[in-house]
Amino acid sequence: MTALAAAALPPVKPHPVSDFFYRRRALLVLLLLVPPLLWVGVVYVGSLLALLANSFFGLDHFSGQVVREFTLKNFAELGTGANLDVVARTVGMALAVTLACIALALPVAYYMARYASGATRAALYIAIMLPLWSSYLVRLYAWKLLLAKEGAISWVLAKLHLSWVLEALLATPVIGGHSLSFSPLGTFIVFVYLWLPFMILPIQAALERVPASLIEASSDLGARPAGTFWRVVFPLAVPGIAAGAIFTFSLTLGDYIVPGVIGDSSMFIGQVVSLQQGTAGNIPFAAALSLVPIVVIALFLWGAKRLGAFDAL
Amino acid sequence: MRSSDARRAPLGLRAAAWAVVAFLHVPLALIVLYAFSAEDQSYVFPPPDLTTRWFAVAWNDRPDVWRAIRLSFEVASYATAFALVLGTLAAAALARTQFFGREAISLLLILPIALPGIITGIALRSAYSTLEIPFSFWTIVLGHATFCVVVVYNNAVARLRRTSPSLIEASMDLGADAFQTLRHVILPQLGSALLAGGLLAFALSFDEVIVTTFTAGQQTTLPIWMLAELVRPRQRPVTNVVAVVIIALTFVPILLAYYLTRADEPGAR
Repeated sequence: MTALAAAALPPVKPHPVSDFFYRRRALLVLLLLVPPLLWVGVVYVGSLLALLANSFFGLDHFSGQVVREFTLKNFAELGTGANLDVVARTVGMALAVTLACIALALPVAYYMARYASGATRAALYIAIMLPLWSSYLVRLYAWKLLLAKEGAISWVLAKLHLSWVLEALLATPVIGGHSLSFSPLGTFIVFVYLWLPFMILPIQAALERVPASLIEASSDLGARPAGTFWRVVFPLAVPGIAAGAIFTFSLTLGDYIVPGVIGDSSMFIGQVVSLQQGTAGNIPFAAALSLVPIVVIALFLWGAKRLGAFDAL
Repeated sequence: MRSSDARRAPLGLRAAAWAVVAFLHVPLALIVLYAFSAEDQSYVFPPPDLTTRWFAVAWNDRPDVWRAIRLSFEVASYATAFALVLGTLAAAALARTQFFGREAISLLLILPIALPGIITGIALRSAYSTLEIPFSFWTIVLGHATFCVVVVYNNAVARLRRTSPSLIEASMDLGADAFQTLRHVILPQLGSALLAGGLLAFALSFDEVIVTTFTAGQQTTLPIWMLAELVRPRQRPVTNVVAVVIIALTFVPILLAYYLTRADEPGAR
């Protein structure tokens, strides 16, 4: 019997390299990891270290050359009024955008996870994923068309005899401005539009894991739909919300293109970094300023980890 | 958490959900409409008249658009190729192993897209400046490949986790060596996930602007061309046409990638 089976199989030729690695799995894993780690380690971490180093360098204002000597001048400059304003404006915008994204994402995510099934669910998933991956600049450009003074939003509001609402909003200090495409309100709308899919998908993933029986149990025990939502569904969505908030927060914090295209002339962190490294050629100060988002995001990530955000990614 | 009873969603919830979906898509539809607008001086709505003239203008008279598309295409191809190799290797090493530092390594791979693009950009820019590397085609590719790795890695890792290890054991038991198993068992399983990851990496690189502005110097990729038009419009109708072309070009790989990896989604049935 064994002789028969052995005869039926083709003879196995040992492959020296294959056998060597089969017995040494750890070595194989190490060898597989070397190229990607070298790449990310050298190119990315190396660049981050260069960034950190540059933030301690100075700039010779006469020659415009970077002076490679240790100085804390850049960080002292960060503490001045104008720069603090920029940081506060950016962080405030990032928080507002994150909150608005949560409010808009919850109903869609809940609907997808609980009610939509089959073809509807697939269609919704595609409808949310397509904008997430499609061109950022084209989507920004679409809003330039929409928000223009002669554009679609003004036209629709005029047809509905609601132009006065828009005018009242634009006359409001802090959020208002010359027109929608030149106001902080416009910047805010565009940010919410751009990052919303990044919030919907993680919340949907988190709610997808909640068993329907949990909701039914809550209503069986006498909770009204609103009570069930706030006391059962929402707490279970928190890891997803935190995961989405990492994206919306970090993307808003680092963006410098949206406020340049849609918005008034007040600056955001990204714009200052971009200007300093570009026209001003002051890479050391740009480097020091870009450490601010890193610190803010690190704090944010630490908080998100405590809320269980990384289980929902 | 699908409801067991076939209850319909409350009207308010359904309306809110579809309103948000409309919010996401109406602006894109509007761009398509504007590409046919006969008005060439302003963004007036509704367009006074419709024409296909600007497609011909963009096609025939604007070599700058074609050069930008070509450069973006080349950059994305190289970045995707690097990302495919590095992302697959990392996924193979990390998919089914547990060791000290594994979490740190996967965090390191995710970092380039978790941190804002401007940080990746300024970091690369200061590294180039410190090492006195002049801007070139490769300085763009280097940056793009770095954040494309994670896309390929994510797709490959999801597929490898879903592939039963007993398949590999069966192959080995039947006498195949590691290379034969890789060729006849693992790669066919992994193929469509790698294709999807590659497509997404390509779309990501093709569209990247924030990092690119720091690593391109004077070179113009398609997104940089688009950004210049956004800040200082030269010929608005041509920009509209290019925007529609970009929408069409990016939707194809995204949809393909979705159909190739549908089964890998955690909630998929």
